Amino acid sequence: MLEIKNLHVKLQDEDKVILKGVNLSVGAGQVHAIMGPNGSGKSTLSYVLSGREGYEVTAGSATLLGQDLLALDPEERAAAGLFLAFQYPVEIPGVGNMVFLRTALNAQRKARGEPEVSAGDFLKLVREKAKTLKIDAEMLKRPVNVGFSGGEKKRNEILQMAVLEPRMCILDETDSGLDVDAMKLVADGVNSLRDAGRSFLVITHYQRLLDHIAPDVVHIMADGRIIRSGGPELALEVEKNGYADLLAEVL
Amino acid sequence: MQAARASAAARLADMGLPGRRDEYWRWTNPAPLLAEAVPEAEAFRVDTPIFSDLPKVRLVFTDGVYDAAASDDPKLAGVEVARLADAPEWAAGFYGSLEASGQSPVRRPFAALNTARASDGVMLRVTGKAARPLHISYRQSSNTSEAILHHCVMLEDGAELTLLETGTAAARANLVLEVEVGAGARFHHIRPQGRSYGHRLVSAIFARVGAGALFKSFTLSMNGRLTRNEAMIEIVGDNAVAHIAGAALGDGADGEFHHDDTVFVTHGAEGGESRQVFKKVLRHGATGIFQGKILVRPGAQKTDGYQISQALMLDDLCQFLAKPELEIYADDVKCSHGSTTGAIDETALFYLRSRGVPREEAVALLVLSFLADAIDEIDDAAIAAEILARLQEWLARHRG
Repeated sequence: MLEIKNLHVKLQDEDKVILKGVNLSVGAGQVHAIMGPNGSGKSTLSYVLSGREGYEVTAGSATLLGQDLLALDPEERAAAGLFLAFQYPVEIPGVGNMVFLRTALNAQRKARGEPEVSAGDFLKLVREKAKTLKIDAEMLKRPVNVGFSGGEKKRNEILQMAVLEPRMCILDETDSGLDVDAMKLVADGVNSLRDAGRSFLVITHYQRLLDHIAPDVVHIMADGRIIRSGGPELALEVEKNGYADLLAEVL
Repeated sequence: MQAARASAAARLADMGLPGRRDEYWRWTNPAPLLAEAVPEAEAFRVDTPIFSDLPKVRLVFTDGVYDAAASDDPKLAGVEVARLADAPEWAAGFYGSLEASGQSPVRRPFAALNTARASDGVMLRVTGKAARPLHISYRQSSNTSEAILHHCVMLEDGAELTLLETGTAAARANLVLEVEVGAGARFHHIRPQGRSYGHRLVSAIFARVGAGALFKSFTLSMNGRLTRNEAMIEIVGDNAVAHIAGAALGDGADGEFHHDDTVFVTHGAEGGESRQVFKKVLRHGATGIFQGKILVRPGAQKTDGYQISQALMLDDLCQFLAKPELEIYADDVKCSHGSTTGAIDETALFYLRSRGVPREEAVALLVLSFLADAIDEIDDAAIAAEILARLQEWLARHRG
């Protein structure tokens, strides 16, 4: 599904190198987690994969289903099946959630040469998805993320994911700012979208999210590299001992 | 009526025509508005006129002349409708009176000129709740036409009217609207101005808002070589509400969009609420101007005055000049103002693109988002939806 090879990334306007040779291979239907201390490059990886400006790839490659991601604009990556759930979903006053979602869905379909979804069919589709995710219909009528609580914003990300049906989902610290109940709701949403044809890359500081979204593989990232990979037990080890021991091993 | 015109002519002779040295004309050059020959402006053809599906009574003015054949039968329950040439007695006394009192403390020479020379206009006396909106629809057919139109609206106590004013009146136009909002009356004004690139317009609204009354005016400006929209609103009765809002955007060639909102809100009674909400989207060397004042007179306690002016710059070649002014002579009031200039928010743009929305479409959505606060000032949902639809259509057509 997602293949990252020897990815080197620096900030565009500074000499600061952030990713120093990341290798990662996520198979179809798998859930991978990336953990790591602050400043290890986790969020940068998610931004570089989704095409945010301000970064320069100096070496390496990233492909999604064989397609060179790094050559595509952000909207093209989305149409190719990539989805980034933001750590801080953006508020867009004056643009209704439904208008936004329908614009996004139809833009992606158009890019893939598929027919657009009519307003009626779209309404049906969103209502159905919202119901499954236990999202209040009232939330759909409001402007994108405006006045949403932290939990509502994250659930709105999951709703977008459910409607857009991406192949590769990156969750960037989706648990940040959520209480336990809200986190569980979000995790339930993610779990309901798990599928043999859909993969997840879950970026998180803490093990607690992984109690709810069980990963197949856990990676530890530090100083711009993946320093260790293993099963779910690796996350438990971090939770118990912190990152210091792991870092000491490799440095 | 002759007396009103003569006294306006005398006022104009006394104050003279505006020049760049006048404080409120420093940023807008009045010369093209005064030039002997009307600068040419190609008329803009609209496939489906705005508000086509809305029930209303439509009065059409083509190149500044009332077009009876194109207009509806001017009968509307709750409203007495007359033309300027047949002005009834009330109108003869009212015509030019708010313009005259609105000349102080800042002179408005174009409005005086309008009162002295207006060739046509609509006189409306609203005696009850108007059954439908009244629609003044402007059409331009000649590339060198000139229009001087003067409308008067008198809302009696408790009366209600929605006035729609749409289109480009002429290649060059001078429009005045005088509105008296009686106690407890409600007046809604929605004004999508024409879309031709070349037209030049100076307009002035003079309003007096009585006790417990509501005055709301929203203007949408899309294109126009030069637009100067002035509004002089005075709250004269306690607990009155006056809102004035504008959304402006142009996409002509370099420097083809100059848009100036000059607003003066006076609180002359207690407990009044006023809002000024002005948004401008600038690109291709456009210039946006906002000069907005809130004056709170002695004794106008418990006043709540608010003013915001914002510009969204889509490129680096534009300029936005803002002059917010507060002058307060009462001690128990709440007044605030703000002004911002900014580019498209890159984070929001990335958010939309990451969901698959192409860049140009994402920019269009963020433009709509920027204008939302101004459009929110329209109370009627059907009218707001139509304004929004026009904007969406316009943004879609002008993409890429």
